Formats: sequence, structure tokens, C-alpha cells
Amino acid sequence: MGLTKRIIPCIDVDLDEDGNAAVYTGVNFEDLAYTGDPVEMARRYNESGADEFVFLDITASAEGRETMLDTVSAVADEVFIPLTVGGGIRTTDDIKETLRAGADKVSINSGALANPELVNAGARSFGNQCIVISVDARRRYDEQGEHYAQVDGESCWFECTVKGGREGTGRDVVEWAQEAAERGAGELFVNSIDADGTKDGYDIPLTKAVCDTVDTPVIASSGCGGPEDMEEVFTDAGADAALAASIFHFDEYSIAETKAYLDEHGVPVRR
Amino acid sequence: MSTQSRPREQETLADIVVVDYGLGNLRSVSRGLERAGAAVSIESDPEAFGDADGVVLPGVGAFGEGMENAESVRDALVEVAESDTPLFGICLGMQMLLTESEEAEREGQGDVKGLDLVPGRNVRFEAGQTVPHMGWNDLSVQREHPLVEGVDGRYAYFVHSYYAVPDDEGAVVATTDYGGSFPAIVANDDGTVFGTQFHPEKSGETGLTILRNFVELCAE
Repeated sequence: MGLTKRIIPCIDVDLDEDGNAAVYTGVNFEDLAYTGDPVEMARRYNESGADEFVFLDITASAEGRETMLDTVSAVADEVFIPLTVGGGIRTTDDIKETLRAGADKVSINSGALANPELVNAGARSFGNQCIVISVDARRRYDEQGEHYAQVDGESCWFECTVKGGREGTGRDVVEWAQEAAERGAGELFVNSIDADGTKDGYDIPLTKAVCDTVDTPVIASSGCGGPEDMEEVFTDAGADAALAASIFHFDEYSIAETKAYLDEHGVPVRR
Repeated sequence: MSTQSRPREQETLADIVVVDYGLGNLRSVSRGLERAGAAVSIESDPEAFGDADGVVLPGVGAFGEGMENAESVRDALVEVAESDTPLFGICLGMQMLLTESEEAEREGQGDVKGLDLVPGRNVRFEAGQTVPHMGWNDLSVQREHPLVEGVDGRYAYFVHSYYAVPDDEGAVVATTDYGGSFPAIVANDDGTVFGTQFHPEKSGETGLTILRNFVELCAE
């Protein structure tokens, strides 16, 4: 059959009131709902047929860091599928300690935008297979971009944002993706601030623009409302992997149901 | 340096040494082997290899750098192979079992040679293929070997840009298709030196089946 498309559940992990690691999931754009224990959820997804697992540390605080690394280790002991860990990674030492804790790959976002040399250094020291560059893209309808896409008859470009979309950087996502790949990124993790939390589907023009430009595997993220959205992002945009959180966490769809749907619609998946 | 860990509440079937030559995530492969019933010690001291029931050579990264890092354990690994103790190379560790690699030549390290336990050469995927080959792909078993009991047609997790081409076609135990068929599992004539291009410790149930097959082989 050949290489399959990957289905990846993702957890956002923060510290709860008692300082323990806990999974929170965005509901209706704003509210974060307590969703479960990270280790318990990792064990469940490992058994349910997920192809990889993504763990994002959303504390981004120095106090949280130690707890998070311990939690990563506990998660790593439960999953026999690839584990990607992201959040707050800014130096090669951060990469090293995250991999030591048991991650197979690290996802780097603003740390790489601020210091692109980190991509080269990380790839050189640890291999490009473990350096995932993550972007939070936002559509902009002005003249300041480099790569334009047509969306509903209008021309827009995609800007790299930081701080959860609250700050723009002026960098064009497609151009940055290309540069990151040349610097040694082994994979690109493409989030959309516009699509995030909508459940209206992935940002297809964004994902397609990156897939068409860069040879590196692309993980599509943000906006998944169900298996048909995954089919669209694989078939129409050319993504290699699709990430989702709430549809799996809140049992709207199981991994097995999702894969059965994709299989029926001609998308190669591991079953 | 030596760290020991044993799974709780479980009889261990075999003592396995995971070779530590300064590269890679040894934690996952150790956990996978423990789950498969092994008592695992991570060792950089070649003296320790001789007592093991089986030896695992893990690895990620570049061939030239890997071989240079492994120089201190090279002779000991050849001795393991000669003693017929099972020697299992994973990913780069499998490529290191061969004679040479196009990767080292491209990086100006053409004089860096592999262990030559499975004679052959590692080559890069053809231009036009997305490289690395990353993700889940299925195994097609080509010949009998204890390692592949129960895994024909199942999926394994790959991340690599180069693959092994043994001189002897009979050394190919299983193949995978990525723009053409390539060897996913190789073994020497005696079947005691073998390797997987994919990561069994990251390949879910199929990977654990392979690790259990390995531990059982070591226990014999």
C-alpha cells in the first residue's frame, strides 16, 4: 500500500491549581476546559490506533518546565508511537533536555522565528528528523506579503504570528517554511489562527500553499470538525498528517471511526 | 557507565544490552524491550556486551558521525556477531551493520566504513522522492526469520533518507515500498545479525511483536 497519511491527536498541557500537569482544551474560542490527565490520555491514544502523539506545554513558565519534563517522561513511557513535544523551546539545551525526557521530536515555534540559526544547530546536533518547525498563521489582506493565495475571490497572504496569534511578525509563512526546510527542519507543523476552534475545517489555501512550495512533510492543524475535514486537507491540500484535539478528546469521533471514513474515501491510512 | 532497570511484577526472559555510543534516544528502545519481557542495561563499556543474551545497536543521525562515535565499541560488536549472540541494529544501527554508505561519501567521510557484518552499501532515495521517508508504511516479508513472525503486511514507523542494499539478495528479510521496493529488514547468513530500518519501539503493536520475537530469540 505504501506510505500512509497520519492521524495525530494533540494535547495542550498546563499546570492545574495544585501545580500538577493537566490537559486543557479550548471550547468556543475562549474557554479552556479541563480535559484529563496527560499520562492517562497518552495511554488511551496509544491503544486507540493514533499514528503519533503531540504534547504542547502551554504554561511557558520557568516553574512549569520541570513538572512538564517529568510529565513528558511519564507520557513517553506509555506511548510506543512517535511523540512530539513543543512549547517554550528556545535553545539547543531546551531541545536536548526535551529529547532526553523521551520526546522523539521537538516542535519549535517563536524560538525559531527569533533565532533561525536554532534550526540549523538543532538539525546538526540531533538530526533533522527530530526538528519540527511550527507556525501560527493568520490571513492578511494587504500588500505586504510575498506568497498570495485566492480565498473566496480575495487575495491574501499568511503571516507568522506569535503569542497565540496576538502579535504579528511580518514574516510570510510560505517564505519562512521554505527557509526553515533549507535550514534543516524535518517537518512543518502548520496551525491557523483563523481556523482554530471553528470546527469549519482546516485552512486549505494555507496548507496547500505550504505543501506546494516545500518538500518537507507537512502536519495540518486547526479547525478540524470531523473526518471529512481530514479527507479534504489530505486530498485537496496535500498534507502528510492531520492533527486534531477536541473531536477526539470529547469523543465526537474515535481514531478508528476517522480512519474507517478515510479508508472508504480512498485515503491511505494505517489500520 | 551502566544503568539498570527491570520491569516490575514480570519475569524477565533475557538480559539485553542496549549499546550507548552517545547518540539517540535510548529511553524508548529500552522501554519497548522491557515491555517485551527483557531486563535491559544501557552500556557504553564493551566489556559488558559479552555477558548479554542479546545486543541492540540503536541510532539516529548521520552514518559517518555514528561510526566515528561507535569506534570504541566496533571490535566488541564484531565479537558479539562472531559469538552468535543475537545483534539487532535499529535504523542507523542497521545501516551500520553494512560495509559502507553513500551518506559518508557525500559528506567527505568516504573512508568511514561500517561493521561489514551484512556486506553491502547504504544508498539515498532517488531525487524526486520526498526525503526523509517519514511515517507508517507496510512490511512485505520475503523470507523466514524469527524476527518477522506475525508481522507480514503490518505497518511500521520509518524516518530515514538512506536505505540498505545488501550484496546478497538473500539477506533481505522484508521489504517496504516507497517509490520502489527497498529492504526494511536485513539479516546475515546465520540469521544472528539483523536490523530494521524502521523503529520497532515506535511502531505500536507491530513493533512490540518484533521486540518480543527478538527477546524470545535471545532467550533460546
